[in-house]
Amino acid sequence: MGSGPSLDEQDYVRGGATQTAVKILVVGHFAVGKTTFIGAISEIAPLSTEETMTRAAEGVDDLKGVEGKTTTTVAMDFGRLTISDQVVLYLFGTPGQQRFVQMWEDMARGALGALVLVDPERLADSFAVIDLIEQYGLDYAIAVNHFDGSPLREEQALREALDLLDDTPVVTCDARDERSSAQALITLVRHLQERAH
Amino acid sequence: MSYGDELDSESAELVRPYVITKGRGLPDEEQLSLITLVTAADDDQRRPTRLSPEEQNLLDLCGAGYLSVAEIAGHTRLPLGVVKILLSSLTESGHLVTRPPVARAALADRQILEEVLNGLRAKFG
Ligand SMILES: Nc1nc2c(ncn2[C@@H]2O[C@H](COP(=O)(O)OP(=O)(O)OP(=O)(O)O)[C@@H](O)[C@H]2O)c(=O)[nH]1
Ligand SMILES: [Mg+2]
Repeated sequence: MGSGPSLDEQDYVRGGATQTAVKILVVGHFAVGKTTFIGAISEIAPLSTEETMTRAAEGVDDLKGVEGKTTTTVAMDFGRLTISDQVVLYLFGTPGQQRFVQMWEDMARGALGALVLVDPERLADSFAVIDLIEQYGLDYAIAVNHFDGSPLREEQALREALDLLDDTPVVTCDARDERSSAQALITLVRHLQERAH
Repeated sequence: MSYGDELDSESAELVRPYVITKGRGLPDEEQLSLITLVTAADDDQRRPTRLSPEEQNLLDLCGAGYLSVAEIAGHTRLPLGVVKILLSSLTESGHLVTRPPVARAALADRQILEEVLNGLRAKFG
């Protein structure tokens, strides 16, 4: 790495000295629209980070004996939304694979909740993701990302297929649209509020 | 036989993060979470230390305001684990200050959720 990147003023957290940072996860299976969703509402160009993992899998320390270890690079992407002078919200897009345990722990720890993006044409692909979210004890709402031309399913059929609790919200959204994505997020936060009471 | 001959390209790639971090272990998770906010400290708080080029780059990046740990990793394109170790060392030497997210408590959560909801509604109608 030569000289580091230089950033514009708006790349920095506006009220960083006083703000509390919180996060919400945007999760879903491969190609369901996570990156698109985050891009639609983030105030910064979405960023991604990568984690180098070894088979032995714990921290950089283990790299001393590098022979025979494999790496996997995992990308999680994220965006940011300044909520107020007090709160800055980060959205983390998280792939639905269970094997990235360390990354899931990092992302789930302290998260307010999760928005689960679902493609109605590939419902079965969402089972594993929902299992993971429940395993980490996160409250969630379902956002059905409606791709053009795909038929709209009956909400009740979808609830049954995904085995949802009665109070788990289900909304339809277009991940490319800012307002539509924001509405899905608002639905989640209202649900989180109800759960907090 | 030179040492380098034993390394195939994949393991050479692995050595690099190890070298950059001078072999230090991962810092305390609570202190440097993904959303811990980081900025450069005032000059008078810094202990005189010789910084590596990577550390100097991070310090420069954090000089103009606050960034989250995740954003720092995103902008530098360094693996998250490496970034955490470098940030931790720069914090220890007084070059950076960190603001971990507040501990979660039910009451604080309710206030924060209220704030988030109001903020989202104000922004997106
Ligand atoms: N028509 C339509 N296309 C969409 C919508 N949301 C996403 N797409 C497209 O679907 C593709 C996948 O979207 P991504 O946002 O990359 O999905 P992802 O979940 O981030 O994918 P991975 O990170 O690879 O798992 C892209 O080509 C998007 O442009 C939508 O609501 N409608
Ligand atoms: Mg993506």
